[in-house]
Amino acid sequence: MSDNVKHIRTPLARVRGRGAARSGTRDFWRQRLTAVANIPLTIAAIIIIIMLLGRNQAAVAQILGAPLVAIIMLLFVASVTVHMRIGMQVIIEDYVHDESTKLTLIMANTFFAIAVALASAFGILKLSFGV
Amino acid sequence: MAEIKAPAERPLSPHLQIYRPMLTMMMSIVHRITGIGNYFGTLLLAWWLIAASAGPNAYAKFEWFAGSIIGRVILFGYTWSVIHHMLGGIRHLIWDTGRGFGPSEREWLAAANLVGSIAITVVLWIVGLLAMGGPR
Repeated sequence: MSDNVKHIRTPLARVRGRGAARSGTRDFWRQRLTAVANIPLTIAAIIIIIMLLGRNQAAVAQILGAPLVAIIMLLFVASVTVHMRIGMQVIIEDYVHDESTKLTLIMANTFFAIAVALASAFGILKLSFGV
Repeated sequence: MAEIKAPAERPLSPHLQIYRPMLTMMMSIVHRITGIGNYFGTLLLAWWLIAASAGPNAYAKFEWFAGSIIGRVILFGYTWSVIHHMLGGIRHLIWDTGRGFGPSEREWLAAANLVGSIAITVVLWIVGLLAMGGPR
């Protein structure tokens, strides 16, 4: 851009390059961060699930509660629920234009993601601590 | 309160129904749909983990569901949805590096995404069913 083009933005704003929102890339970045994390974690979770197929509850509980397996499953749940909350929020923002409905759905989306994350983590931890 | 004037009739930008369906476009839509599927599929994951931690009776209920025909269909769809979304995600990560946008590349990636997701899902289910029939 040449200097004779009229800018509303100050030189400092231009150098920072963050636009008016200042911090609009947080969800964008987290979506990619969790996407990358999801790849090995999902592969690991699938392997764990296949290992557990057809086993009875006692065996499943024992294997799922083993520290390494439990930690992988906890990481999987954490990364997946963060990723899906952001993804669903984008979908809501794309298709729901009524402001109050949109905000309600975004809140419900957050509650759902946290509830699923906590319920899953509770199950894993309960197995792991053997209560 | 002052009446708000209805916005002037302006030409709308063309949306989905205007375009001839293309593979890349369909895959974009499917990526979003599988994302929604995976979102609600986590309820099954949470159910499975809670059931496993709750005890034999709760786990038997989950096993009954997972073993039923409708349960199998849902779990097969969930498997494909997860795999398809994961491969689609890898495609997006490739795009994030600025690569894979060429006419032949994007068609190839889209086709590989679809074929790969179906193939991997079928292989996983064969392995899974063999594992269930195998030694406990």
